[in-house]
Amino acid sequence: MVTPAHFIGLAVILFVIGAVGVLVRRNAIVVFMCVELMLNACNLAFLAFARMHGGLDGQVIAFFVMVVAAAEVVVGLAILTAIFRARRSASVDDANLMKY
Amino acid sequence: MTHSFVLAGPAAETTRLVAYWILAILAVAAALGMVLARKAVHCAMLLAVVMLSLAVMYAMLGAPFLAFVQVIVYTGAVLMLFLFVLMIVGISAADSIIETIRGQRLWAALAGIAMLVLLSLVVGHAVIGPAAPSGAQFGNANVSDLAHLIFTRYLYPFEITSALLIVAAVGAMVLAHRERTKPKPTQRELAARRVATGRPTPLPGPGTYAQHNAVDMPALLPDGTQSELSVSHVLSGQRAAPGSATAVGGGQPEINGGPRAHAGAPATDEPQEPQEPASPSGRDAGDEQW
Repeated sequence: MVTPAHFIGLAVILFVIGAVGVLVRRNAIVVFMCVELMLNACNLAFLAFARMHGGLDGQVIAFFVMVVAAAEVVVGLAILTAIFRARRSASVDDANLMKY
Repeated sequence: MTHSFVLAGPAAETTRLVAYWILAILAVAAALGMVLARKAVHCAMLLAVVMLSLAVMYAMLGAPFLAFVQVIVYTGAVLMLFLFVLMIVGISAADSIIETIRGQRLWAALAGIAMLVLLSLVVGHAVIGPAAPSGAQFGNANVSDLAHLIFTRYLYPFEITSALLIVAAVGAMVLAHRERTKPKPTQRELAARRVATGRPTPLPGPGTYAQHNAVDMPALLPDGTQSELSVSHVLSGQRAAPGSATAVGGGQPEINGGPRAHAGAPATDEPQEPQEPASPSGRDAGDEQW
């Protein structure tokens, strides 16, 4: 029998994988994708808790998370293209003008 | 019509369990592959797999509306946006294996394991009860109940969300907009620039004179040699040396006078003048190299 605990466990695993990806990857676009993975894992946890409590509030919050994630991707990718245009690179290591 | 998204009965429970494990293994494997794949496009494809399996899981959790939103908005719109930006930023972009911070991967893996242990302990200590008895709000009435919630209790956040979306759209336009600092080159200037590169003609098409006309087959020149120029460096898997935008064209004999033939220099000469802002042909895109 599939319980909400199953989905919470999967959400934890996916969240950790996304976090490790953010730490490891250096291509800024892939870092963004890992952030999206973490947001999706959070949504899964929200839906599992909503199912557990029998209310729909968790689903509304997940809906808002999706909207905010879409806005974040739009702005983030616009920043990325601007940086790429200026510096010809999408690596997070190359944008180091403000270091030191 | 009593059809519902929520299955019932012992056989349905087994079906749900099997479906859960298939989707969970698929999602975790694809997520791991996304972190490990070197090419950004492969990462995007694997992320699509994760998102689609999560969409099915949303449906299993009694959220049919969010399952469709996941497919349409995330997999349809957000991931396509990622792919568009990938095409702009350079499809050949692969992460280098060299670590810039020493021990970064090791420490990241350790931090990930620590985080996993921590979260597992938290979740293990929490009492996660069984699913509440499934009512109509997880089935047929899902959309209308969600709409009721959004437009009553969550009306204020919903309105703020619209403001956020407008700000994001305007911000994206402002950030992606580029002011033209120089006047647009006229056709005469473009033609002069093209002649100045030493190759006024277009690049040879791939495979035109060989057995295949696939884009990854190099064309055969009249003297029987293969023209590397005819294949996009993205497809041939070669990268031009950094700093030499014309390196794709270097190193093979060209009949009708490449840049080197006019210069009288050997073909393996060092890269010539710095990169032209506009490449004479679209395929020899020195812009994509880094």
